[in-house]
Formats: sequence, C-alpha cells, structure tokens
Amino acid sequence: MGYAIQSLNVHINDEPHLIDINLELPNSGVVTIIGRTLAGKTTLLKVLAGLQEVSSGALMKNKKDLLNVPAWERRVGMVYQQFVNYPHLSVRENIVFPLRRAKLNATAIKEKLDYVSELLGLEEYLERNPSELSGGQQQRVALARSLVKDTDLLLLDEPLVNLDYKLREQLREEFRRLFKDSTDRLVVYATTEPAEAMILQGQVVVLHEGRVVQVGECSDVFHFPATTISAQVFNDPPMNLVDGEIADGRICIAESLHVDLPEHLGKLKPGKYTFGIRAMDVVLERDGANAPIILSEVNGSSTIVHLDLSGRSLVLETEGVHHFGETGDVHFSLDASRLYVFSDVEGELVVAPPRKSVLGEKGKQNGQN
Amino acid sequence: MLNFFKIFKVIAIVLWSAFVVAPFLWALTTSFKTANGVMGGATYLPWVDYEPSLAAWKGLFGSGAGSIDVVGPFTNSLIVTLSASAISLALGTLAAYGLSRFRYKVGPISNTDLTFFFISQRIMPPVVLAIPFFLMLGYFGLLDTIFGLIIVYVALLLPIAVWVMVDFFNNIPRELDETAMIDGCTPFEAFWRVILPNSLPGLVVAGIFCVVFGWNDFFFAFTLTFTNTQLLPVAIVSLNSSVTPWWSLSASALISVAPLIIVAFLVERYLEKGKISVASK
Repeated sequence: MGYAIQSLNVHINDEPHLIDINLELPNSGVVTIIGRTLAGKTTLLKVLAGLQEVSSGALMKNKKDLLNVPAWERRVGMVYQQFVNYPHLSVRENIVFPLRRAKLNATAIKEKLDYVSELLGLEEYLERNPSELSGGQQQRVALARSLVKDTDLLLLDEPLVNLDYKLREQLREEFRRLFKDSTDRLVVYATTEPAEAMILQGQVVVLHEGRVVQVGECSDVFHFPATTISAQVFNDPPMNLVDGEIADGRICIAESLHVDLPEHLGKLKPGKYTFGIRAMDVVLERDGANAPIILSEVNGSSTIVHLDLSGRSLVLETEGVHHFGETGDVHFSLDASRLYVFSDVEGELVVAPPRKSVLGEKGKQNGQN
Repeated sequence: MLNFFKIFKVIAIVLWSAFVVAPFLWALTTSFKTANGVMGGATYLPWVDYEPSLAAWKGLFGSGAGSIDVVGPFTNSLIVTLSASAISLALGTLAAYGLSRFRYKVGPISNTDLTFFFISQRIMPPVVLAIPFFLMLGYFGLLDTIFGLIIVYVALLLPIAVWVMVDFFNNIPRELDETAMIDGCTPFEAFWRVILPNSLPGLVVAGIFCVVFGWNDFFFAFTLTFTNTQLLPVAIVSLNSSVTPWWSLSASALISVAPLIIVAFLVERYLEKGKISVASK
C-alpha cells in the first residue's frame, strides 16, 4: 500500500530528467529526497503533484493509477524554494484560497485558518500583503496554504534554500515538530542538505543525475552508503574518496599514505579499492603524515581544511575556529577504524566500519522490542 | 555633479514639453479665430491680437451655415474603437495565455510560429490589406457599417494585444499557475483567479495600444466607409474644401485628441507601477 512509482522516465525537451525510477513510498510519514542540484528532485516532486507529464512508467496509489488524475484533483500541497504566494491577495486570503476552491463553509474556513495561522505564528500578519513580509514569513504563508487543506501528500522543494542561516535553523526545527507525527499524510521533502534529512529522520531517497541511487532509513543511509555517490551526497562536507590499495596487510592510500589494516577490514582481499573517510575522521595529529593546505574555511563552529594529498583532495574537519593560513603543511592522521571501502570501478560499498556503540546499541534494542 | 545633472534634466524636460505642447496651444488659439483672424498674419493672444469667436466650435455641433457635425463621427469612432479594443483585448489575452503556458505542436508548427503568425499580421503595409478587406466586407454587405469596421479593427488590433500579453505572461513565474492548480484550480480558473488579477499593468498597456491605434486609424476608416458611418479622422479631413477652414480643423483636431489625453491621465498610475514580481530574491 502507499505510492508506487514504476519504471518512470521523464524527458523534457529530449533531455532525460528522470531515468527508470522505481520507488515505494508509504501513505504517511516523512520521506526525504536528497541529491545535488539538477539531480531531478523537483521533477520527481512535480510528477507526484501532477504538474509534470511523464514519458513512460506508472504512478500508483493504493493500486490506482494517479497519472490520469490532474493536479487540481490530487489532494496535494506543494511549497517551492521560491516563495510563491498570490500577490493580489492578503495573507489571510492566500491561506484560505484552497479552502475556498474546495467550497468549504465559512465556519470551517475560519476554524482551519485560526489553527494554521497560530501553528505558524502568522496571526498578526493576516491583513498584510505577502510582499510586505520577510522571506521567512512569506515562506510560512506558502507553508500555511499547503497545510490548511486536507491533503494526502505534502511536497516541499528545498523550502529553506532561499532563507538566511538563522531562519533556516529555526524553520528546520519547526518542520521537525510539524512533520514528526505525520500519520495522515505523506511528507516528501527535497533537499541538498544532509543535515535537513537528519533532522526529519524517516526514509531517505538518494537521487543522482535522474536515477535513484539508494533508498533506506536515514541512519542506514548515513552508516551504509550504497555507493560513493551516496557517501558524497549524504555527508557535508562530502565524504573524502581516495584511491588506494591493500597489500601485505597494509593499506596504501594515494600512493603515499600507509595505514595499518584496521580490524573491520581484516578479511578484505588484497587489491585496488576506493577508500572513503568522513572529514571529521581525518584528525590533526602532530606525529602524523603531512600535506600542504589548499584552502581553509570556518563553517559555523568548526574549521574545514582542504589538503593536497599527492594530487588528491582530502578534507579535514576539526572542532573550533582555527586559522591555518593560506600556505604551509598540516600534520594529520586518518582514523583507520572509520574507513569505508568501495569497489574500485563501480564505486559500490564493500565494507563499512561498525556503527559507533551508542547508536548501534539503541538500534539493536529497538529491533528487539 | 548631481545638481548639474538635475538642472540639465529639468531644462531638457521643459524644452521637450514646450515642443510637444506648442502645436496644441497653436491649434487652441486658432480654433477661436475667424477667417480674418487667420489670414491677417500670425496672431497669438485672443482679445489682444484678435477678436475671439466661437463660430468654429459652434460649427462642429451642426449649428450655423456651412458647418459639419462631428458628433455623429465622434460617436462612431468611440463605438468602433472601444468595441474593437475590448474584443481584441479579451481574445488576445486568452490567446496570449495559451501561447505562453501550453505547448502546441502541429507538424512543424509550434508556439513560436503561432506567436509569429499573430504578429506577422502587422508586417505588411495596410495598403496591401485594403482591397481584400474591401472585397470581403462588400461580399458580406458590411461596407460602410459599424459592424464591418469593428471586424476589420479587431484584425488590426488583435496582434498588438497578443504581442504585449505574451511578453507579459512570460514574465509571470509559472510556479504561480502551478500553485493555483495544486490549490484546486482548473487551468482556466488558474488563469481567471490568479494570473488575470495580477496582469493589470499588462492589460493597461495593451489596452492603450489598442485604443490609440484604433482611434487614430484613418486609412481603413477612409477606404471602407462612404457616408453613412464616417469616423472622426475622415470627417475632419472632409472639412477641407477649396478654402481651408483652419479654425474648424483646429477645433475638430482638439476634439479628436481629447479622449486620448483623458485615457493617458487615467492610466498613468498603472503604467508607473510596472511589472509585478512574485518570487523574491
């Protein structure tokens, strides 16, 4: 039961935007679609909304074909990354617009308007025009309009991308609160930011160049990225991927860095692999290897340093704000127990490091209950 | 530097205004003259330079000998221009919305070709169309009728309306239509309830173009009518006989310009507003 997307292809002006998508989505809960810009996230949401014609394939809901149902009969809500509101209507009329189209009576409209405007803190702006509001408030109006009506499906297309950092943090929390117990509708949230997927939890779909790369629970995708693409898309900064070789019980990374084989990689056959390691698992260490700095940047409360590892890029993330300067070397080491191994050519996951104990234990306990 | 620019701007505007307004003042003062006042060399100020007379103005409303009534042609012009503009605007807006939002494909013909087809109606000089229009109206017995003129003017004004509105709709984000449809509007309702109310500036611009072109047309009004349904521009020209009645010409010219001046003042504030923007950032 739920939504089933079957061998879906979408071509726009002969350019493939979605290629052979097969997905099962539940009737309720949260699904995050994560992918880089132009991965096809918006196209997929538009297909679900009924705004995009498909070239081939099927979209079923509870065994019924949805593709023949036009957008205005689909019971969906959608929030765009631009703040789309009706410029000629007040905030109040913007919010109740879908209710008026559904021909609800005045009492019902009033009730729903009051509920939603309180939920999103819009009570004092109801008489204003959307253009008189800040970006965050405009996006709240758009969100209110999609929440106010009874829908089966709520689609959010990078709703926070045009907001400033502070507002983004704040609305993120609001989204978590709003969608945490989404039992009566499915929320599909498209984003480029792993942090947003993490906050919303739920199911994650990794999309890349129009194809589905991985589907799974949020923490599973984080701990076991199916491919190098998943590993890059679902980590910020993207996971480091460096070519290397296992030989003589040691790992040689980037032809220069030698690491003892850690326990979880003990059974691996010798040969060429792609090694993955998160930026935060590359640690500063006085006695470690050294590499020249390409660039260093401060991101929130941590510092990100880009290193040149024999021609490969290696990114290191460390807590706190540090100044590394423009040039010079940095001494570092890799936490070998956190190494991911992907196959050399296809980039598929071969071995992942074990989950860190806290999360792992909890996961097991939940499983038993 | 800023001040210099400001002064320059003011001087330029004053000069230009004088250049534009002078002919009107000249016509105004001439309209109060008599034959003697006009022929006796250049005179400017009534009562000082010459003795003003209302003869020309009275003549336009049909009283007095040798006068021509402009009330009839004025009404005809008004009916033809407003009807043709309204029809062109209504049809043109719908056509433009279709061309802007939906993809048409019939063989090798697609949207841009259709848009070009509309605009291409204005490529050839009007003379080319005179004979076909004359024969067609004659065939249907519509020569020298208001209805016939309205049909011809719609053909002339529709391309303008389509051209202005296609451009305007293309600048309205498609997300607005999509949101309306998600909120339960059929495509026509999305157009009617959301796009149209936000298109006032475009409609005003298109409307002005239609009214100005329609009101000022002389050629088709001249070739497709005889005596029953004269339009104002033709009536004014027909004042011209062996002796040019400058005073009557001036008065009727002012009357023919008056509606456009009123329209300009009415719509000025819409023109200033300019385009709407939906997506911020």
